[in-house]
Amino acid sequence: MTRHTRRQLRLGLLFISPWIVGFVTFGLYPIAMALYYSFNDYDVLRDPVWVGTLNYRDMFTDDVFWKALWNTLVYAVFSVPLGLVLSLLVAVLLNREIVGRSVFRTLFYIPAIVPLVAVGMVWLWMFNGDLGLVNYLLGLVGIEGPQWFADASWTKPMLVLSSMWQIGGSMVLCLAALQDVPRSLYESADLDGAGPAAQFWNVTVPMVSPVLYFNLIIGIIGAIQEFVKPFVMLPDGGPDRSGYLFAVYIYESAFRYNNMGYACAMAVVLFFMIVVLTWMANRMVSSRVYYAAE
Amino acid sequence: MGALVGWGVVTVLLLAGCGERGETHTPDGRVIIDYWEKWTDFEGDAMQAVVDDFNASQDRIFVRKLTVSQIAQKLMLATAGGNPPDVAGLFDYNVATYAERGALLPLDTRFEAAGMSADDYIPSVWDVCVHRGHVWALPTTPATVALHWNRQAFRDAGLDPDQPPRSIAELDDMAEKLTVVELERGGETVQVRYPELTDAEKQSKDFRIVKLGFSPNEPGWWKNQWGYWFGAEMWNGQDEVTADSPENIAAMRWHGGYTEKYGIENMQRFGASFSGSFASPQNPFMDGRVAMVLQGVWMYNFIDRFAPTLDWAAAPFPSVDPDNLPGVSISSCDVIVIPKGSKHPDAAWEFIRYVNSRQGMERLCLGQRKFSSLREYSDGFLERHPNPYIEVFIDLANSPNNHTFPQTSIWTEYNIELNVAADRVFGGIATPEEALKYTDDRMQWKLDRELRRWEMTKDARLAEWEQQ
Repeated sequence: MTRHTRRQLRLGLLFISPWIVGFVTFGLYPIAMALYYSFNDYDVLRDPVWVGTLNYRDMFTDDVFWKALWNTLVYAVFSVPLGLVLSLLVAVLLNREIVGRSVFRTLFYIPAIVPLVAVGMVWLWMFNGDLGLVNYLLGLVGIEGPQWFADASWTKPMLVLSSMWQIGGSMVLCLAALQDVPRSLYESADLDGAGPAAQFWNVTVPMVSPVLYFNLIIGIIGAIQEFVKPFVMLPDGGPDRSGYLFAVYIYESAFRYNNMGYACAMAVVLFFMIVVLTWMANRMVSSRVYYAAE
Repeated sequence: MGALVGWGVVTVLLLAGCGERGETHTPDGRVIIDYWEKWTDFEGDAMQAVVDDFNASQDRIFVRKLTVSQIAQKLMLATAGGNPPDVAGLFDYNVATYAERGALLPLDTRFEAAGMSADDYIPSVWDVCVHRGHVWALPTTPATVALHWNRQAFRDAGLDPDQPPRSIAELDDMAEKLTVVELERGGETVQVRYPELTDAEKQSKDFRIVKLGFSPNEPGWWKNQWGYWFGAEMWNGQDEVTADSPENIAAMRWHGGYTEKYGIENMQRFGASFSGSFASPQNPFMDGRVAMVLQGVWMYNFIDRFAPTLDWAAAPFPSVDPDNLPGVSISSCDVIVIPKGSKHPDAAWEFIRYVNSRQGMERLCLGQRKFSSLREYSDGFLERHPNPYIEVFIDLANSPNNHTFPQTSIWTEYNIELNVAADRVFGGIATPEEALKYTDDRMQWKLDRELRRWEMTKDARLAEWEQQ
């Protein structure tokens, strides 16, 4: 290394030092400490006491842990694919030449930027079993709506349904990808006699598949970390803890029950769960993703 | 190099910013102590008046009150971070947890030196301030809960408005008479009182609740502790959780009996119609939809504000066996503590002592319209008190069957676990035995864990407390 390259390196490091310092202090250090605390009995106030793998062993016998895990997986299994399909469909519709297109695009995007606590409060009233708009609308078509918050079998569907409202982010990405699909592909498909459905399936979907893939991964991570809405809408997890999600349990263990060591251990498990699920999604779909540049 | 120095300066400034909370002295040289308190609205104003009185009486100390939401969590983090306020208002159920974890300063020495005595206080109030033989907090305002009933509703149902139920059985009976349901009869929609339903109609539960005499789930804040009115205890005070005792099971069976009688769907829909409306004119007790509720001494304030014309009264909530189990209540008490790491513990103690003087205490209690933690009142306190039933609540606080929160650090979690059990029974998902067995097992596991942890740190902690 010459003097010049060393100087260059030093300057380069100096310029990115705000990021490095930030990442080490607010990223790496907390993660490392969470891993350390997960092997301790730690309640924030007292010094941590090393307990080995006790927290992890406790998890196996903790019903609430398994319940929260199950709830979270059910939530993810329904909300991620539904959100993916819906955002693509809405994007396709908003990509058509219709009057007031930009107004509709804005309207569909707005929910994505509303603060989540406010969204939770609004849904609390929308899904109210007696006065809620959702049950009112169901009543108009002759269906007696369920008690969304009081009936244990309806809390998870309620969370999934309310998450459908906030597809704005992934929809915008799909919309951008749709605009990149060359018209010539549709024209030649037209000449070959492909109908709208065949064109959608054989041209549109493959062409936007990188964005769908991206949305899938982000969706999985987001769903497994879902926190604010269940926290606001379902105190104590709702009836029979049917809407108690994993991230809420971590939060409550840490800050409500002062069981930080256990919470850290669960956070570590959450981390590995996300890694594994992302890896699986990657294995299953990445070969079907089409990159024009390759 | 200049850039490095620049960043260094920024970092130092940032860190310094974390450490200080504004001025440390007033312009006239008094030391400023920070006081975190949870109350807002008129309760906050009442405390501010006491703080102002204290500040006016002082030439050395100035109390700066800051209203803090979620105070328990924030105090924990501030204490763990080594930068707590000098004095803070907590809830009684925090005392054991925070004391055991070394977040509070024991007050024994100061308490004794000030010539104060446990005998000055209502026993149930004093109990929550003591944990493992040490004084950790002093009370601010206590509260007990009692039956509130709508006298007009009693008249409408043909009941004596001055005669509240004397036992649980009588309560259930009166509740039926006070309940109005709407149903289809021969193609017509009619409203009838529950006892007027035919057996078949009671069986099918094909009606809609318009008014309810009583629901163990409204407001639902103590739906997990009905056991006290059946003679139960939540734990043995040492090392055993007693969630599934026969008394607790009987209470939960009674609780679940309400959904069996009126129908799960009906109760859920009726409950949803007023969810989140406590402090509003839509409160179901205040707008006449529920005729009897278990509520605290604070209820008067809300009736006064939202339904001043309501014709109501309060009396002890009846137990299952009124002769052997009279005067059952649950009491809670707001407390004031010195967090460990307080920079001015002596000044903080001065303030706590002032709040616990008869003058400070009565000013606070009249402002918050509660009763005093002290046994003795000044002349005219009861007469000046706006709540016409204040003596009902005071008597309950002094009753031997009044229960404070279990003084165990697992109570927060235990409380929630009991709520989950109550909901399972109320929703027909589990039998009382199943639900409470589960609660008992789970909380015993937690208690064992907590006791094991205490054993590990006991000696060091006790020695530390002795020294302070």
